[in-house]
Amino acid sequence: MAHRTEWNADEARAVIATHEDGGLLVVLNALNERFGYLHKDAVGFAAKALNLSRAEVHGVASFYHDFRERPPGRHVLKLCGAEACQSMGGNAIASHATRELGIEFGETTADEAVTLERVYCLGLCACAPAALLDGVPVGRLDGNAVSALIAEARK
Amino acid sequence: MSRRVFVARDAGAIAVGADRVAAAIRDAAERAALDVEIVRTGSRGLYWLEPMVEVETQNGRVAYGPIRPEDVCGLFACGFLDGGRHLRALGPTDSIPWLKRQTRLTFARCGVTDPLSLDDYRTHHGYEGLARALTLQPQEIVEEVARSGLRGRGGAGFPTGIKWRTAAEAKGDTKYIVCNADEGDSGTFADRMLMEGDPFLLIEGMTIAGLATGATKGVIYCRSEYPHAIATMNAAIATARAANLLGTRIADSNRDFDIEMRVGAGSYVCGEETALLESLEGKRGQVRAKPPLPAHAGLFAKPTVVNNVLTFAAAAWVLAEGAEAYKALGYGRSRGTMPIQLAGNLKHPGLFEAPFGMTLRELIDDVGGGTASGRPVRAVQAGGPLGAYFPHALFDMPYDYEAYTANDGLIGHGGLVVFDDTVDMAHQARFAMEFCALESCGKCTPCRIGSIRGVEVVDRIVAGIDREANAELLKELCETLKFGSLCALGGFTPYPVMSAINHFPEDFGLAREMAEV
Repeated sequence: MAHRTEWNADEARAVIATHEDGGLLVVLNALNERFGYLHKDAVGFAAKALNLSRAEVHGVASFYHDFRERPPGRHVLKLCGAEACQSMGGNAIASHATRELGIEFGETTADEAVTLERVYCLGLCACAPAALLDGVPVGRLDGNAVSALIAEARK
Repeated sequence: MSRRVFVARDAGAIAVGADRVAAAIRDAAERAALDVEIVRTGSRGLYWLEPMVEVETQNGRVAYGPIRPEDVCGLFACGFLDGGRHLRALGPTDSIPWLKRQTRLTFARCGVTDPLSLDDYRTHHGYEGLARALTLQPQEIVEEVARSGLRGRGGAGFPTGIKWRTAAEAKGDTKYIVCNADEGDSGTFADRMLMEGDPFLLIEGMTIAGLATGATKGVIYCRSEYPHAIATMNAAIATARAANLLGTRIADSNRDFDIEMRVGAGSYVCGEETALLESLEGKRGQVRAKPPLPAHAGLFAKPTVVNNVLTFAAAAWVLAEGAEAYKALGYGRSRGTMPIQLAGNLKHPGLFEAPFGMTLRELIDDVGGGTASGRPVRAVQAGGPLGAYFPHALFDMPYDYEAYTANDGLIGHGGLVVFDDTVDMAHQARFAMEFCALESCGKCTPCRIGSIRGVEVVDRIVAGIDREANAELLKELCETLKFGSLCALGGFTPYPVMSAINHFPEDFGLAREMAEV
């Protein structure tokens, strides 16, 4: 399970203070990593600390795929959907995962165990199809392996 | 005396169980009270043999693979510590034909050494390039790189020496060296392997670029999808600083250079150099119009060299071994070696570094061993998601920037993704447009909106609605994207789309003659 904490305004301000020298992207990455998403108040906090408009911060926050608007589940499964994984049956693996979890990409299961996300290339193209489960790489996936990953995450 | 066993710590090896294998070896050695030192290296790049286990014997290193955790007991039983016979024995590592056929310059150390050991790096000729660079005038470094014929390995193939010369001659109190490690192309993983397997080489190459251009600050922009590469680079940067190889008065010279690691946030277009600079400045990753060139006004409007990981790595080799040695290899105007990444549906996928000039037939049918599925090869996508799909009929063209361009394709960052005969090329064309729509930064209308229209047009062709007219429309749309977009995302998305329709018209329900009009 990833190391994340519940949204907390004081902690968010502290995270921003530690990272503000690096600029907005560094700040947003740090917030997204700590809390798993960008809370609606995060935009205002970052704007104030960096002397930017809320619109500028929102523009950046909404541009990058990594930044979530809602908290993810306890585990995040990122399945690669790029060409090298497609060539090894990646599309079938993707359907298998959505069917088994009962959700679409970008959604979280009702028990909040798993968030399923699409990524385009993990650099694991020579052991495709590939995925990252909470940052841990997994390769040479087939239906059974995906089921095992999901079962592990649901424990 | 302790016996040394080598298991990769590369993300690709970990993805297929290298950590579990290393743990099983450690446990088995403890149980048998054997003194075994496990060295976690980068990957040799023979991914179908990962997790690969190597042992140092009196006759050099011998390899076993692929090894599962449950195979480890058997390895000990057969005396693998002395190179014993085993079903999965591969013999002396250096004699494995797949490795032996390569010319490993950039990847000479990857898979051999402990990536975070500075001693290992130095023992294996590391920092020889920097040592030589420190004896040269900045101009001499630039000319050495220019003479080598090295071209940017990120995709555009621009001569590195000219880029460095431009930045060196630009006036500015602050200059930057930016490493593009936003390796987003599907089918490419050489940057990741190098950062995880030989991080000091990248640090050395960037430092040399700093000496050549007068820049004192370096930034590596790495994609967030590479957590292992980021961790390894951070550790290596800290080690280099502690050894006075980064920071002020590096290596007892009067020169300063330091490197900072920055992480992206999942945007493909940030691999384009100007979008990358915007992203580094904390903005949306939107492409800038050129001019000004980054070498004149790049990061924070200061003169900036932006090069790919492999370019800096090759430059370090050029300084160590000399421009002539590098230039002696290659084909036509493509000099030196290319770390070619064989990926997708292949029996033997992995990293194959070779001088330019090999044919796809050699690379795919011979080196790659044909498809993993055992079915015939139907198409190869060269150069990532913006690269063309080539049919078997074009498998004899040489691996060379100019030859690929002449065939409406690109070398790109050196990836080759192989598909067998179950591939639906209309689906692949649709995906190319879909990917462009998803990743477009929004700056240029043809890319932002044209890609969405492109998906719809492909859908109409596949559904059989006015097929010929829609195929004509798709071609016109591709022309608009190609000539109406600032960067390669909109400009090159037509390559996969048009190559799919031209070379595989039957998948779109089109007659061959029609497609060739």
